[in-house]
Amino acid sequence: MRWRTAMAWKGAAFTVPFFAGFALFTVVPVLMALSKSMYSTRSSGLGFGEPVVTFSGLENFTRGLTDGRFWGSMWRVALFSVIVIPLIQVVSLLMALMLDAIRRRLAARFRLALLIPYMIPGIVQTLIWIYLYSPVVGPLSPFFRWFGLDVNFYSGDLIWVSIGNLMAWGGVGFTMLIVYGALQAVPAEIFDSARVDGASEWRIAWYIKVPFVRRSLVLVSVLSIIGTLQIFSDPLLFRSMTPETVNKDFTPIMMIYNQAFAEGNFNYASALSIILALVVGVVSAIFYRLTNRAPV
Amino acid sequence: MTTLLDPATTRPEPAAPGPVPRRRRTRPDDLPAGVNPSKTSRALVILGLLLFAVYSVAPLWWMVVAATKNQSDLYTTNGLWFADNHLWENLRSLVTYNDGIFLRWMVNTLVYGITGTVGMAVICVACGYGLAMYDFRGRGVLMGCVIGSFLVPGALLTIPSFLLLTELKMVNTPWAVIIPGFFSAFSVYLAKVYAEGAIPRELLEAARIDGAGELRIFLQIGARLMSTGAATVFLLGFVGSWNSFFGPLIFLRGEEKWTVMLGLYHWLNIKMDQSVDLTSLVVVGSFISLIPMVVLMLSMQRYWRSGITLGSMK
Repeated sequence: MRWRTAMAWKGAAFTVPFFAGFALFTVVPVLMALSKSMYSTRSSGLGFGEPVVTFSGLENFTRGLTDGRFWGSMWRVALFSVIVIPLIQVVSLLMALMLDAIRRRLAARFRLALLIPYMIPGIVQTLIWIYLYSPVVGPLSPFFRWFGLDVNFYSGDLIWVSIGNLMAWGGVGFTMLIVYGALQAVPAEIFDSARVDGASEWRIAWYIKVPFVRRSLVLVSVLSIIGTLQIFSDPLLFRSMTPETVNKDFTPIMMIYNQAFAEGNFNYASALSIILALVVGVVSAIFYRLTNRAPV
Repeated sequence: MTTLLDPATTRPEPAAPGPVPRRRRTRPDDLPAGVNPSKTSRALVILGLLLFAVYSVAPLWWMVVAATKNQSDLYTTNGLWFADNHLWENLRSLVTYNDGIFLRWMVNTLVYGITGTVGMAVICVACGYGLAMYDFRGRGVLMGCVIGSFLVPGALLTIPSFLLLTELKMVNTPWAVIIPGFFSAFSVYLAKVYAEGAIPRELLEAARIDGAGELRIFLQIGARLMSTGAATVFLLGFVGSWNSFFGPLIFLRGEEKWTVMLGLYHWLNIKMDQSVDLTSLVVVGSFISLIPMVVLMLSMQRYWRSGITLGSMK
């Protein structure tokens, strides 16, 4: 038995490089964020001399919890997620069900077309839509003007619709692929027996297929929530085009980025990062519990 | 958690492209037995898919068309159809603008991507293999760390990572975007699930009885059996690295160190700051930068599709 233990420890050695790096680049930064957030840096007196670092306890957190700009950005992003994520899930589910209802060879072609946006780098996705929305270069404004509508995609009213459409365009293919994969794993006998019982294809889709892919949808939703609350590069690129609509504290991460790199306040930025991480964690946990409690 | 995985997806699939058909379909026209949907509903379904396919592809079409136009045609002609072809001139100005900085960015992105992803694949595949093939004490805890870290928002890590890398004197060097990328929990998870499906433990026992050391077993048996899984890990990692934006934005200052995504963002901003209009360069540059990704994803569909389906079933 001795040599077996020795062998197991040799096996554990294969995991050492990863976990050493993991500790350094994941665990250490979390601890650093916790310690940084407990301190404050103040320039002494009239701004002359070395800045002084003092222990300030939870002061940064109380400031963060009552910071209107931060919570404003948080609500903005939360409201956006609540509308856009379910919409993307529903459209993806619909696409997957439709693909599942047609001939396999045809479905493979359509699937490839729907996956094209997923293959495009995120920044390029945003750049493409920024130009499509643009009143000067984009074809969308003339298109709507043709119908007598004067639409400005960069305006404050429409900016979230614009970003939401961009996210849907880039995200539906991926979710559809996962849902479609889950649908393929359903044993065919179930459908056969439902058909023998006289169920219509619509009823089969709604009462059998949808419940089967619920787990996958819940999982993708949780990951989407985690991602969307941290949305950064899309609004940052939109800010390049329309700085008056997308201000520098437009989303929580933009505010954190701005605090750290424009104002140099790493202590406050760390505290805000921790608050955001807690919010993301709590929201994901609640969502997971709520959606998984209902009987499948 | 891994018991939920369909064994058919965890095992290395034969070289046939496309998903393995799991539902038996006996009728020649490929539809399930007993299905007789009306013609109108079939037509509706196809129409719906067709509309969405157009929505998916049209923006890319606009970009291809726009890449062939010169600056004035870009503003004046119909965006969805070609005007005079200026693609070669556009490409020439792309590679000559600012002493060919765009090529520099492309090379940087490629170099960072390859070094980062090779290192990541070696470290993460070895770790996944160790977690899958050996029962040592603490394995469950380590696996918990890997899965738990999926839920740690990247937001929490960015600011302190910057501070840490400043301490390590790595900020503003390529290492700042390469080395942290070595340690990808998702890749470890993927490699572990893959190893469990691909490597029979009995084979390792047999090699041990023949007197092979653990390292040699990994290199000569484990690594070979895991080659498809390793390719998946590499592909997803490389694409992620090519597309990454936040890391390079924070860690790299001088423009000669930038990646192509960061460079395009910089050009987009120049339009606002100065009176130069780089729109045409941004469009052509974006188009060139997406070609390697689309080609890679199209030619290696089998790998990333199995990768994301595996990942989604955790």
